[in-house]
Amino acid sequence: MALLEVRDVVMRFGGVTAVGGVSFSVEERQICGLIGPNGAGKTTLFNIISGIYRPSEGSVTFAGTNTTALPRHAMAPLGLGRTFQNLALFRSMSVRENVLAGAHSAGHAGFFANALRLPAARREEAVAARRADELLALLALRDVADIAVSDLPFGTQKRVEMARALISQPKLLLLDEPAGGLNHGEVDELARLLEEVRASFDLSILLVEHHMSLVMRVSDKVVALDFGKKIADGTPHEVRTSPEVIRAYLGDGHDAHAA
Amino acid sequence: MKPLLIAAGLALALLPIWALESFHLFQLTLAVIMALAVLGLNIVTGYNGQISLGHGAFFAVGAYATAIPMSLLDWSFWATLPVSAIVCGVVGWGVGFPALRLGGLYLALTTFALAVAVPQILKHKAVEAWTGGVQGLFLLKPEAPAWLALSPDQYMYLVALLVAGLCYLLTANLLRGRIGRAMMAVRDNPTAAEAMGMDLASLKTRTFAVSAIITGMAGSLSAAVVEFVAPDSFTFILSISLFVGMVVGGVGSILGSVFGGLFVLFVPNLAEAISRSAPGVIYGAILILFLFILPDGVAGLVRRFTTKKRIIPGRETS
Ligand SMILES: Nc1ncnc2c1ncn2[C@@H]1O[C@H](COP(=O)(O)OP(=O)(O)OP(=O)(O)O)[C@@H](O)[C@H]1O
Ligand SMILES: [Mg+2]
Repeated sequence: MALLEVRDVVMRFGGVTAVGGVSFSVEERQICGLIGPNGAGKTTLFNIISGIYRPSEGSVTFAGTNTTALPRHAMAPLGLGRTFQNLALFRSMSVRENVLAGAHSAGHAGFFANALRLPAARREEAVAARRADELLALLALRDVADIAVSDLPFGTQKRVEMARALISQPKLLLLDEPAGGLNHGEVDELARLLEEVRASFDLSILLVEHHMSLVMRVSDKVVALDFGKKIADGTPHEVRTSPEVIRAYLGDGHDAHAA
Repeated sequence: MKPLLIAAGLALALLPIWALESFHLFQLTLAVIMALAVLGLNIVTGYNGQISLGHGAFFAVGAYATAIPMSLLDWSFWATLPVSAIVCGVVGWGVGFPALRLGGLYLALTTFALAVAVPQILKHKAVEAWTGGVQGLFLLKPEAPAWLALSPDQYMYLVALLVAGLCYLLTANLLRGRIGRAMMAVRDNPTAAEAMGMDLASLKTRTFAVSAIITGMAGSLSAAVVEFVAPDSFTFILSISLFVGMVVGGVGSILGSVFGGLFVLFVPNLAEAISRSAPGVIYGAILILFLFILPDGVAGLVRRFTTKKRIIPGRETS
């Protein structure tokens, strides 16, 4: 069975249908690109998968559990990690604290164990600290580890979000436009990073991105949305050459072959 | 460096036992108690972002939870502390539930209403037999063990220091670990906090409970030190003073809570000493001065001097 199974999902906001009956799946250790013009419903679909929205219709199955109606905080412990399109960091906390906060779902020590610094709490803390150090190194954040995140440039904050999502060792990582605001060299680096992450963390990635060359380079498969409907689903090559996709992008002033 | 600093701090905290005469030592004892009360408020408001303008209510609950068993049932002071902690924890947890539905300013007003109501509830006929009504309750402070050779005032300072010190230690542990980070994460960005697996409802209600316990411990100490509790010692003014102490000392700062306690106790006295006819005006002027000079509280000033200059390496160049 697939790791993530989205089935006939519909999301309506008042009169607006943001997602109009979308189905697709992501296999284990797969990188799946999710593309579509602005307003296609990509972020809305992310919010449904990660439990922030409850869909008007349809269902989501993740890691063998029907998660459609689970509370929001129940998704991370199942192995779902995500980043946000417009950044959702803990502003006043340092980079390291942000990353450590991501380890919350991997820990168990509660109020009592922490106040008394019981051995269980200390062990957990040591494990989290070690993992945080590894991720800070991997994402080139070591030099800024003790700086408040709000003082950092956008691109660096995006990397903090990625580290924060990775520290809990998710099975599926949802990335909402990780290349936003990056230049060409940095996008190249990001592509290498995503491949490295998939290999060493043994996870799947669902990637929303407008940067076509990046999506086509790293994805095993691509799903294309337009106006809340799925218009293509297949290998990068199949999707890139699909007439529906080309029409959707040309109609929107984009070029699927650009970059 | 760190053990040295701790030893110096400990010596500084103990010195007043011998250096100060009775009245001033008593005042300092009350300041320690206020510092503990401000710490409690700082946990829920400073660290967790739930504004409470009613923490005087938890202070009162703690005070009565110690005064009633001591005065009516002859319990020892120490035996009342766990009872006070449980009672305050349950009350704080209970207040945490409506707080979940009331954000920001609405929560501030609701907790304020609690602070206004508590003195009247304590006076009510239904509980008069326990609380002593308007007259309140008298009790005797715990006696110093003979081997300590301390006067009652010296001993009470030591007791307050011990209880407050222990509470500060436990709180510092709590705040620097997994739960403390979750409290701040929930304050900074609830949506992202939930995506990290944090259960907002459970975290917020428990934080309210812990906060109430800490401020309640301060109330317990105050009952024993003052040897008297009465409803009118716990008006809403107390709640506002604690809030002022938190802001002046430093929101979301453990060290700041200590300065906040000193402010709560000594600045009104200072104002009184400067002008007998209009102490309120002097108090207001001092408060405004503090907020102008130290916008991040006293703790912010300390931080400015102790942290190295922050440089931001690796700014993206494109
Ligand atoms: N909370 C909401 N309330 C009302 N309408 C919404 C809401 N969220 C999204 N929408 C609408 O749903 C549609 C899809 O939005 P969504 O943010 O999912 O698009 P997207 O594919 O992520 O776009 P972009 O590439 O610009 O990020 C848009 O028309 C948007 O205005
Ligand atoms: Mg989007």
